[in-house]
Amino acid sequence: MVSGRGNAAAGTTLSLALFTARARRCLAVLPLSFAFLAPPAARAQAPPAPAYHFVVVLNPAHGGTDFGANLDGQPEKDYTLAFSTRLRSLLEARGISVVTTRQSDVRLTATQRAEIANHAEAQACLTLHASETGVGVHLFTSSLAPASPTLFEPWKTAQAAWITHSVALEGVLYSALQHAEIPVALGRTGLPAIDSMTCPAVAVEIAPDGAAAGSGSASGSLADPAYQAKVAAVLADALLEWRSEGPQL
Amino acid sequence: MIPRYQTVLFVVLLAATAVMGTVLWHLRQHEHQRLLQGEVSTPTRAPEVAPAVDATLMVADDADGSVVPQVLSLPLPPSPNERARALLGKLLDIYAAPGATHPVPGGASSILQVFLVPVPAGTPGAAGLSGAAAGSRGGPELAVVNLAASFADHHPSGLETETLTILSMCETLHANMPRITEVRFLVNGRPRATLAGHASLMRTYLATARTITGGAVASAGISAQPAVAGAGQ
Repeated sequence: MVSGRGNAAAGTTLSLALFTARARRCLAVLPLSFAFLAPPAARAQAPPAPAYHFVVVLNPAHGGTDFGANLDGQPEKDYTLAFSTRLRSLLEARGISVVTTRQSDVRLTATQRAEIANHAEAQACLTLHASETGVGVHLFTSSLAPASPTLFEPWKTAQAAWITHSVALEGVLYSALQHAEIPVALGRTGLPAIDSMTCPAVAVEIAPDGAAAGSGSASGSLADPAYQAKVAAVLADALLEWRSEGPQL
Repeated sequence: MIPRYQTVLFVVLLAATAVMGTVLWHLRQHEHQRLLQGEVSTPTRAPEVAPAVDATLMVADDADGSVVPQVLSLPLPPSPNERARALLGKLLDIYAAPGATHPVPGGASSILQVFLVPVPAGTPGAAGLSGAAAGSRGGPELAVVNLAASFADHHPSGLETETLTILSMCETLHANMPRITEVRFLVNGRPRATLAGHASLMRTYLATARTITGGAVASAGISAQPAVAGAGQ
């Protein structure tokens, strides 16, 4: 049985929910209304995401005529694209909106990649690389010195205002990988694609698993589907944890 | 019955074959010796009069992404430019040696030149001197390292390996010549976008080891521990 006060409260809740839903719809339409302002590359490949959504940008490195490193006969561009597809499906299964800078074998400039990431207004931007050297997973943030946010950020050093968030995201990824007993190394590097991103940005370089490197077996190698699935699942869970920590923008 | 002319022709051809085989053998031996001489990585030799001094080389290790100091006694030339070139040459010799912890082909010959120029006032590296270096005569310097194209072309491609190469070169220069606070890289005298497809060569790197000094670019260090969020601000 529902009392009158309960009915009133329920009505108020419903009204609030309707208002919230309408507000959400309006907010969802806003970015679409300004889509014409986006550059052609962004319009073609990255539909703008609602600002209140938790959005992750996946940026598979290389593509087209840029083959990247040679990973035992497989070009890095194919590996990063396949890993991006795998990670995207895991993230979407966890209810996380994903924007990818490329979904096919096309070459994008660093500027185009940053444009797509910045228009998505993402809460996490992962640039994916792969390498035969080293072991485990290498996490890199931009080597730009931290700077205070300003109204207009210089394009080539826009990431400077986000370094603090990027390092925090790197810490969450680091903890998750270490918890999963995957060797992980941290670093800072000069990577033009992430230097222009206005989001917490981390470059993830996947290398063979440390245990497999010594044994010489296929298990734990870059091509090992089980190893790829393990790394992707850990990254997806880490991003879920990152989302639970609240808005970072 | 074999005609006489065919016998003569056969003998002549046999002799020609033997001569050509001998010549080819000698040419092969000669080329082999030449290649062997080329493979011997030429040590960074200073003039014999230069005394040996302790030099700290920051040697990268791919296994754990670390850069560790290694002290060697080297005869280094007195000229700062040549000294910087000799230091980097020795570092790349270590990377080119069999069993290197950070294998990169090329060796000392990959360093074509190193130019030292004063850092313009107002740039991040201009405030990078500390301690004895700040007290010594002369201001901070920018090292312009001119790499051979073959070095960049044959450098292993990867974010970590390229970053380690740049980091170890910057830190080696700063460890031995503290007045060097900034480093820029050229390849065959021209700017190049990346070393081998990843790490940027278009920026000026601060050589002050692993410290964020509030400049435009911080050192590209790699560690096995997470950094504290907001460190260096």
